[in-house]
Amino acid sequence: MRVIEKSQLMSATEIDRTLQRLAHEIVEKSGGTTNLALIGIRRRGVPLAERVARAMRGIDGVEVPVGTLDITLYRDDLSKVAPQPVLQSSDIPFSVDDKDLILVDDVLYTGRTVRAAMNGLFDLGRPRTIRLCVLIDRGHRELPIEASFTGRTVQTSDTEIIEVRLEEVDEEERVMLVERVD
Amino acid sequence: MLLIKNGRVLDPASGTDAAMDVLLDAGRVAKIAPEISAPSAEVLDARGWIVAPGFIDLHCHLREPGDENSETIATGARAAVRGGFTAVCCMPNTQPVNDNASVTRAILERAAAADQARVWPIGAASAGSKGESLAEIAAMKQAGIVAVSDDGRPIASANLLRQVMDYCRALGLTVVDHCEDASLAAGAVMREGPTSARLGLRGMPAAAESVCVARDVQTAGLTGCPLHIAHLSARASLDLVRAAKRDGLAVTCEVTPHHFTLIDEDVRYDTRYKMNPPLGSREDRQALLNGLADGTVDAIATDHAPHELALKDVEFDRAPFGIIGFETALALALEQIVHSGRIPLMRLVELFTTGPARVLGRERRLAEGAPADLTLFSTNHAWTFHAEESASKSRNSPFDGRSFRGAPMATIVGGRVVYKR
Amino acid sequence: MKKNASCSSNAWTDSRRRSRTALAPQSFEDAVPQRLPHILGIEPLSAEQILFLLDQSKPFQEIQSHPLKKLATLRGKTVALAFFEPSTRTRISFSTAAARLGADTMNLQAEASSLRKGESLLDTVRTLDAMKPDCLVMRHSSAGAPEFVAGRLDIPIINAGDGAHEHPTQGLLDALTIRDRRGTLEGWNVAILGDILHSRVARSDIHLLGKFGCRFTLCGPAMWVPRELESIGPPGCAIRRVARIEEALDGADIVIVLRVQQERMHEPALPLDDYILLYQLTPQRLRLARPDALVLHPGPMNRGVEIDPAVADGPQSCVLEQVTNGLAVRMALLFLLIGTGGGEAAQEIPRAKDVADAAH
Repeated sequence: MRVIEKSQLMSATEIDRTLQRLAHEIVEKSGGTTNLALIGIRRRGVPLAERVARAMRGIDGVEVPVGTLDITLYRDDLSKVAPQPVLQSSDIPFSVDDKDLILVDDVLYTGRTVRAAMNGLFDLGRPRTIRLCVLIDRGHRELPIEASFTGRTVQTSDTEIIEVRLEEVDEEERVMLVERVD
Repeated sequence: MLLIKNGRVLDPASGTDAAMDVLLDAGRVAKIAPEISAPSAEVLDARGWIVAPGFIDLHCHLREPGDENSETIATGARAAVRGGFTAVCCMPNTQPVNDNASVTRAILERAAAADQARVWPIGAASAGSKGESLAEIAAMKQAGIVAVSDDGRPIASANLLRQVMDYCRALGLTVVDHCEDASLAAGAVMREGPTSARLGLRGMPAAAESVCVARDVQTAGLTGCPLHIAHLSARASLDLVRAAKRDGLAVTCEVTPHHFTLIDEDVRYDTRYKMNPPLGSREDRQALLNGLADGTVDAIATDHAPHELALKDVEFDRAPFGIIGFETALALALEQIVHSGRIPLMRLVELFTTGPARVLGRERRLAEGAPADLTLFSTNHAWTFHAEESASKSRNSPFDGRSFRGAPMATIVGGRVVYKR
Repeated sequence: MKKNASCSSNAWTDSRRRSRTALAPQSFEDAVPQRLPHILGIEPLSAEQILFLLDQSKPFQEIQSHPLKKLATLRGKTVALAFFEPSTRTRISFSTAAARLGADTMNLQAEASSLRKGESLLDTVRTLDAMKPDCLVMRHSSAGAPEFVAGRLDIPIINAGDGAHEHPTQGLLDALTIRDRRGTLEGWNVAILGDILHSRVARSDIHLLGKFGCRFTLCGPAMWVPRELESIGPPGCAIRRVARIEEALDGADIVIVLRVQQERMHEPALPLDDYILLYQLTPQRLRLARPDALVLHPGPMNRGVEIDPAVADGPQSCVLEQVTNGLAVRMALLFLLIGTGGGEAAQEIPRAKDVADAAH
């Protein structure tokens, strides 16, 4: 099975600008940042969450704690036996009780990842609220889940894939639309 | 009449090693000469083959009566001729044990009906091989046993061994012992050593065998009865036999092909590597090879021990001991000791013919007037052994899939070609 | 002619060391090894694989401190537990591990099984298999039994102890305990005390720590510490035997105390008082070891026999962590063997460069 690149959706500059904008939106719509915390969903949600936190620091001087969440243990796709699942550890160095959490991920698609993330968060305690921030929403939801903060909405077909490539992980910075070719 | 042409005759008894034709008639060897013409005879072209006296296997298990799922006398005797054996000595650990004349006769009847290899039964030393009282050895001798043993187990005590030996000496029978000290060997499933330590399997030391060999040799010295050590596997045991021979005692021994081919390091948890005595150490194997060359070892015997698949297809601890061996014996001997240059071909033939015969107090020769039991083999025929194709009912061989150079090509019993490859 | 009957992790390659094309930048985090087929022993695993397993156990250690310890990760999966040898602790540990991952368990206990009636291991296991578990955890008194079963069933097998051969999860949890306490597995002086000849725990520990350059001193009654044990470690591994416990403890970083097993067959028993006199790990004797030496015991302990209660309960004793780590290791193994997922939920489709990697 092969994939071919179709088009570039966002350049490095566009990604940066979007994250800045999202950071502003979050600060605006949160009515205060005291209880706020960002949780990046592994893998690419993590650098995104860190960048949003950095941007927020730039806005208000505000320090919002960032945690990372590995959702492998909370997946529900029992039918799909992938190659060896590999666990990364979650690292949330603060209590989630009564916090207003912002889940951060690169792409929102079926919603299953976010559901798994919420399961993981509720295993840790009782957050006050959970909202979702994503760089790209590509539609095709299978669960009643929506993002409160969206970078860009893109229409896609089932054979297409959105690849978010970030410096920290992929050593390049852009968002690509690629297509699966059998 | 059968005329075997163009073969190379090897007869240890006379020392003959020459290109000769052999004419067989009425179950005997009629003539041996460089060029024989016999227009009315059926011709067997033995070009490129060795023509030897018929091979004897001193040690095998035919399982009938009692375990006919694993082997019958018919299937065993068939497998034997496919291995080039014209006569095989079957051990008495059947069910019931061959400890009386009627079982002996039943075995002989079956063998006659099968009409493949000759079967020479070995009778039990003690009743039921239980090690308590003597079996009906004289009656069995009359019925046709050729030696006495409690194989499967050692003869239970030094005192019993002495009594058996005194009795057998008078009857002119050799006592064959499976040398194993029960307490040292108890619960063991392989040879004790680094491999058993690593695998976590219980092992028996070489001393389990040699301690008993020492006992037997001393008792042979006490009684003057011929003693034959079955399936000798350890260097220490061989040293004892060598010393006994030097001292003029009538002690002989046999070695199996698996003991001179494989070692304990070859064992993993595959039950096709589980037998008793277990595969020895590297040093033991080397000593056995030396003993085969220097004459300390008198015979190669297979200890053919069939077990049906269901019995062997269990966890290692629970599997019964033993592997089949008729059809791979010659090829392994050629591979390990002839092709490697360790011994001359004549010596190999001795180990399969005059050696075993002498243990039983008989002769075996390819001479005019002798019975027409011959083994014809090639030293370079290329073939692969597949256990599935064995004539035995069982498949328990670690040599499944092994390729060889050299094989039995035809086996003649009583002047009749009972097997041709 | 050696037949390779091993079906353990030889099939498992560490993809970090696979060659890659120049098509895309490399990323270690994308490395996804092929799925582990079985855990039959420590011996066939490489040091990298062992570290991977220990790393994968960490999240499960962490979960033990959550208020809610139960996950749904293995919901719908069934773990069969076939313990042909009595064992309470290991069985409960595996059972709990499965339950905390949301899996169902299927329990076979030897006492109740038809094995007593002469049903073969193969038949017993096939009966279990017909009920379609996702994996089998088995303990058996015959060395090689899990390997025997692995060759005949289609599901992953975890060896929970086979005769005197191996107890891989014990090896892993011991290693995890040591690494947590001392930061590394490399180069320790390890003393193992007791009946090493019959100990699968000792063998697994030697195989594992031996791969990290540890040195071993084996000490116990002579008939239980034969010379062959000096060669069971990986090539180049230094193993020596000493007769006196004082010598064994001198300079030891890690002391592994084995249980004295009273159920010995085929050999005359050793009087317990003799054993205590010569080999009990007392506080005085422990002082001969390094001051921060760790004391491990696979359990259950015979307090007052092989180990003085003061040592068992003392600060150097790791026995309780061993139990917790046992749970974490077993959860990790169950997850790794039968857990699913491993990429984006909807993206079973690998990334462009993952395809290039997977092509190798």
